[in-house]
Amino acid sequence: MIEASTSQIWTVIIATGIGTFLIRFSFLGLIGNRQLPAWALRMLRYTPVAVLPAVIAPLLFGNGPNAMDPIRLAAAFATLAVGVSTRNVLYAIIAGLSVFIGLTALGG
Amino acid sequence: MQPKGRRHPFFQGALDAAPFVIVLAPFGFLFGLVASEAGLNILQVLSFSILVLAGAAQLTAIQLLTEEAPTVIVIVSALAVNLRMGMYSAALAPHMGDAPLLRRAMAAYLLFDQPYALSSVAFEKHPDTPVVDKFQYFFGAGAPIAFLWYLTSLSGAVLGDKIPSNIGIDFALPITFLAVVAPMLKSSAHVASALTASIAALIFNFMPFGTGLLVAAFLALIVGATVEVWAEKRAART
Repeated sequence: MIEASTSQIWTVIIATGIGTFLIRFSFLGLIGNRQLPAWALRMLRYTPVAVLPAVIAPLLFGNGPNAMDPIRLAAAFATLAVGVSTRNVLYAIIAGLSVFIGLTALGG
Repeated sequence: MQPKGRRHPFFQGALDAAPFVIVLAPFGFLFGLVASEAGLNILQVLSFSILVLAGAAQLTAIQLLTEEAPTVIVIVSALAVNLRMGMYSAALAPHMGDAPLLRRAMAAYLLFDQPYALSSVAFEKHPDTPVVDKFQYFFGAGAPIAFLWYLTSLSGAVLGDKIPSNIGIDFALPITFLAVVAPMLKSSAHVASALTASIAALIFNFMPFGTGLLVAAFLALIVGATVEVWAEKRAART
């Protein structure tokens, strides 16, 4: 559960909204056709691959309440395997959900 | 962009975006459900989806809020997830930069993954399309699925508000993020970057207030870019 105050939550929502718009507006709106240096474009290309795994690795392997849970790890592995082999987001989610629900049902 | 030549570019864009419905609808619903179970009210969930319009960033913010990270860290991390959209903006500027400011601002608001992906392909294929038609196509590819995003996150929030379930964010987040990242792992540089991010996030997990995430992501960016340069040099030698 989120313990943050209402004003903190609204601050996050509004500031993330404004910041996201400014990122999207940057070149279209302000910088126009000027080229970004190659190294900067190269690093920007990796942001999803660099940020998203860093968010989830501690949830799966860290010290949180549900870390190292075999069912969650199996579901995560199924998602990754199907995602890599099919290159399809939807199939990957379905695989992860099915393994999680199936193993939970077996275990419960 | 208009293979049959006669279809209005807005509808062509909407038609091309239609397959994304099967991915975005459950993702939006899941965000609403998870956010409302974490403690956001319906108005907050809907505002989040309307103002930010980026699922991964929204989920990251919710996750860090549940970890009681400071407000600034939550905002910076969510924005880090969205930095890739600066690249989208740079990629589309040559095609869409020559238009009134308001129109460019509206396009910027809708610049999320799917309309970017469709438009960049369509504009490369038909570079001589009039700018007005390019905007129409872009809005067609973005606006309907943006509306779907609001609607599905709202229904997820309404349901999560009524029926408490156990689909916690600690389960939904790994599945959805892995499903998004896995198809991107198509080069050694991408794999190296994702591995660095995961291992470094665990090593720096001790750092307070979620700051380890930012250190790990930054290292992973450098590793990804460096491996790409190596791979290019090797390919050039052979």
